This record gives sequence, C-alpha cells and structure tokens, in this order.
Amino acid sequence: MEFFHTNLPHLLSGISVGGQYALIAIGYTMVYGILRLINFAHGDVFMVAGLMMVYLSAALPLYITIPLVVLLTALLGFTIEKVAYKPLRNSPRMSVMISAIGVSYLLQNLALYITGGLNQNYPAIPWISDTVTIFGAVTKRVTIITPFLTIALVVALVMFINHTKTGMAMRAVAKDFETSQLMGIKINHIISMTFVVGSLLAGIGSLLYFSNYPGVTPTVGAMPGLKAFVAAVFGGIGSIPGAVIGAFIIGICENIIKGAGLTTFSDAFTFVLLIIILVAKPTGLFGEKATDKV
Amino acid sequence: MENTNTKRTVLVTTVCLLVLFALVIALEQMIAPTSKWAMLLTVIKKGSVYALVAVSMNLLNGFTGLFSLGQAGFMLLGAYTYAIFTIPVENRTAVYQYFDGGIIQFCLPWIIALLLAGVVAAFFAYLIGLPVLRLKSDYLAIATLGFAEIIRAICQWDKLGPITNGSNVLKSYTRFNSFKIDLGGTTISLATLAPVAIAAVCILVIVLLINSSYGRAFKAIRDDEIAAEAMGINLFKHKQLAFCTSSFFAGIGGAMLAMFAGTVQATQFKSAMTYEFLLIVVIGGMGSITGSTLASFLFIAASEWWLRGLDMGKFLGIEAPDIFRNGFRLVVFSVIIMIFVLFFRKGIMGTKELPDLFKRRKKAEKEAAE
Repeated sequence: MEFFHTNLPHLLSGISVGGQYALIAIGYTMVYGILRLINFAHGDVFMVAGLMMVYLSAALPLYITIPLVVLLTALLGFTIEKVAYKPLRNSPRMSVMISAIGVSYLLQNLALYITGGLNQNYPAIPWISDTVTIFGAVTKRVTIITPFLTIALVVALVMFINHTKTGMAMRAVAKDFETSQLMGIKINHIISMTFVVGSLLAGIGSLLYFSNYPGVTPTVGAMPGLKAFVAAVFGGIGSIPGAVIGAFIIGICENIIKGAGLTTFSDAFTFVLLIIILVAKPTGLFGEKATDKV
Repeated sequence: MENTNTKRTVLVTTVCLLVLFALVIALEQMIAPTSKWAMLLTVIKKGSVYALVAVSMNLLNGFTGLFSLGQAGFMLLGAYTYAIFTIPVENRTAVYQYFDGGIIQFCLPWIIALLLAGVVAAFFAYLIGLPVLRLKSDYLAIATLGFAEIIRAICQWDKLGPITNGSNVLKSYTRFNSFKIDLGGTTISLATLAPVAIAAVCILVIVLLINSSYGRAFKAIRDDEIAAEAMGINLFKHKQLAFCTSSFFAGIGGAMLAMFAGTVQATQFKSAMTYEFLLIVVIGGMGSITGSTLASFLFIAASEWWLRGLDMGKFLGIEAPDIFRNGFRLVVFSVIIMIFVLFFRKGIMGTKELPDLFKRRKKAEKEAAE
C-alpha cells in the first residue's frame, strides 16, 4: 500500500503520457506499414499542432480553435506527403528518409523563426485543464481523460480499418504495394489518407500532451516523436494495438524511472528498450512474422 | 606504368597539401583579427572540423551504405575524452568545482588526448556495432540515434560527475588558439593551421582506406549486400570496420570541435547535430569525399558569414528588420536543403571526386587534339 501511494502520481502521469505517445505512435506505425518509411517529421507535426493552438486560440474562441487545429494538422500531414515524399516514391528508401529528416529540420527552424525561440504558453482548456484529486493524488483532469479517449479513438480506428472499404484498401496496400495497385486501388489516395489519419491523431495527441505541460518550444516534438516510434517498434511495427500497448508501457516505465530520481535516464531507457527489442525480438510484440529487418 | 602513376599521385598530393598549409599560415598572418575578413578564419577552422565529421559520415552512409545516425554520440565521446584528459591539473579544482576537482589528476599532451578521443569513440562503436550492425537500413538508423541519446544521458549523470563533470561545462583545456610557435621574437599563430592540418591528414587516411581493397569491399556491400557476400566478403567484419573507422574520425572531429569552441557540454550534441551532418553529406553528394568537404565549408561559410544578414535585419542591401529577424537564416537554409533533397538528389559532386573532373577535361582535350 505504501508503494502504491508513493508511486500513484507517477503511475497516473505514466498512463496519461502513454496515451499521448500512443496517439503519435499510430501515425508512425501506419505510415511505416504502408511506405516502409520512418516519418521523422511526425514529431514535428505534433509540435506544429501545439504552436497552431497557441496562435489560433489568441484570436478565436476555443470551440472553433480545437477542431480547426486538428483539421489543419491533418492538412499539414497531407501537404508534407504530397510535397516531400510523393516525388521520391520510386527512389531508394534512404532518400525518402533523408527527405523526412529535411522536413523535420525545416519545421523546427520555421517554428524557431516564428516563435523567436521563446517558450509559448499553451492556452488552458477549461474543464480538461482543471485539477482533480483521486486516491489522494492531485492531478489535472486531462490525465484521467487521456487513456479513455485514446482507447476510444483506437477502437474507432481499428473499426475503420477492419470494416470500411478504405480501411481494407489500406490493409491491402500495406501487404503488397504493387499488387494492390494492379487490383485498382488508388495508392496515392490511400497513402494521403494514411497521413491524414496519422496527423489527425497527432493533433489530438498534442492537445492532450500540451495541456499537461507548460509550453511549446520548437524542439519539443523531437523526443516524444522518437519515443512514439520506439513504442511502435516495440509493439510490432504496422500493428495498431501493438503501438498502443508499447506506448503505454514506455509512458509508465518512463515516469516510474523519473519518480525513482533517475530523470537523466528516463529518455535513455526508451532507447535501451529499443536496442533490446531489436536484438531479441525484432518483430516486436505483435509484429507480422515475415520480416526482412534482420 | 602503375608504379609511376602512384608515385606521381603521392607527389601531387604532398605538394598540394604543403601549398595548402603554407596558404593557411600566410592567410592567418595577413588577416588582422579586427578586419572584416577575420570571419574567413573562423570559417576555415570550423569548416575543417565539419569536413572531417562529414567525410567520416560519408564513409558510412555514402560508401558502405549503412544508414547510421550516431555521429553526434561519437563526437560527444571524442569531445569529452579530449577535454577530460587535457585540462591542466591546476585548473581542475575550478572546472570540477562541484566534484572536488574530479578524480583524474593528470594531464596528457594534446596529440595523445586527440588520438585517445578517436580510440574511445571507436571502442564504443565496436561494442554497439556487435548487436546493432545486424539490423537493416532504417532500424540501424534509429538504433544508432538511440545510442547517441543514451551516451548523452550517461554523460550528464551526476554519479559520473567526478569524471564528466555532470551536466556542467568542461573548459580551460588546450584549444586551437593556444597553438603558436616562436620565431626569434615574432610569434606565428597556428590556430587555423592546426584544424586544417589535422582534418587534412585524417581525410587523407579515409581516402586511402576507400581506395584500398577494404574500400572496394565497402562499395560492393553498398551496391548489393547479397552479391558481395557471395563474392566472399565477410559482411559483418567489413561493416564493423567501416563503423569503427567512421566513429574513430567522428571522435577526433568531436575533439576538434571542443578545441575550436573552448567549452564542451553534453547538451550540444543532440540528434539535430547528426541531421546537420547528414544534410551536408547529401548536399555534397553521397559517396564523394570532395563533395562532403566542399559542402562543409559552404555550409559553415553560409551559416556563419554570408547569410548572417538574414538574422540581422539587412541582407544584400535590403533592410527589412521585420522579415530578417532571428532564425530567418535557418529557414532559408532548410529550404535550400529541401530543394537539394528533392531536385538535386545527387548533390554537388554526385559520386565524383575532384581529380575525376580534371581527368574528364584531359580526356576531352585529347579527343579534341585527335
């Protein structure tokens, strides 16, 4: 009971952070499943969503800003794919990955220019930013909402992928790029769709993440982005439930490590986990059997 | 025929290097520290450091086809090793003020510390290479990136404070600026020659490696792993060799960066640094040493000197403080980089080297003469 009480706040924030990582990780895992591309710019899309919220909420009421931010984030993901990845569709994978790094560099520098490198205060969203107390642990309401919202969104996404025509096309493209093209699937459309869904979820993730943290800086997206990617690998890349479970595990472990007073290692832990999983079980927890990673 | 050719190449290279060194010394004497050309010296110094690291990265990414993003981590190891061992004993109490002067109470000559920097980086590369080099392209990239982050975290750990000074800066070690020789009363500063000379020697070694049978094996692995293995190339051994060599020089590059900057702190060596080097390699051309070197100097010259105005409110005579404010330079920069990545995928040099350009001209002349 003593252990439970001291660790409860860390556990709660771990679950919450895990949910936020999960929403980002889905974007990675879906894009990787289809294009075999680590979208390095995804973490920065998440950061830009945070910045858009800061700037838009200064001018518009919140009930317009929130949906607008989510939509604009989806648009950003769509544009990045069209401008930076589509022209390289037939070039080696390394070129596309370099392009992704280039986009990430561009977004970070753009954010640096616009914000002037200063920390931008994230607007408090009424109700979800309020503080609540559970089992004697004081926390923001967003901490409680995040896991439930994440699970609801994931269930909706899985339903979408398993039961709609677009979802079926996505699965087909992920399985075999060329054959699905021969079967009359418009792959460009499906790929755009993937980026839109991934960025949409990253947008929602950013709303939840930044409500918990003091502000947005240009490089804030890099770390959560990498961690979400590790979560996706941990869960088995291409698998949505895998990514979600991986993200929760990473979020919780990280916060317990922080709670144990080893904050310097909370980031390093994620990468140790990555190297261990890549060496021991490269397909991840729920990955497909057939793989050419190793 | 073969023999005389080799002899000629050696001669030409030596002469070129000596002329280059003489030129650098002359430049350093001519440019007063207050003149507006003083920036040129900074560009040469920092450019040489960047050139070495970019070439070492190209050895891995361009020549061996291993997509590694661990460069910043190895540079950090090099920079820390160098700084830790060259802080004079009398300064240690001041630098390690929170850790009772640290536990290392001796000081090595700079050249030994520099080599040691490379060796430490290569040793860690060897250890990390054992599990990681079995992974393919993007997994290797993310694993090496992760490794660099782990190293950064460990260096900042306060339990290691007596050695690494925790998250505080390391300073007052031997820098480039302290290199000078006394010639009968006049002191000649070698602050610019030192980085140029070290980088030139290291790059020369990399060129020799690439032109050896090992280098041909690296290229074979890049072009087709399976075919290379079928030809009897030991994949793992060669990958490990490329990885360790690249890290060795990245470590030396890191030490040089420390010598250039005068202070070392783990927070400098973020993954953004690796991305910068990767983009330099892409701009120069994957698989071209000359390209990487050229691109490094262009990159540094543009960011430290030519495009400065973009941040200062005035550029090419246009004054627009509202647009040309802090950070605009980097935006312009990243747009240029994206243009390269999307439209000039081969970079400045493609896979060609400088001598190739002369050769082609000679051939064309010969054909014209006939």
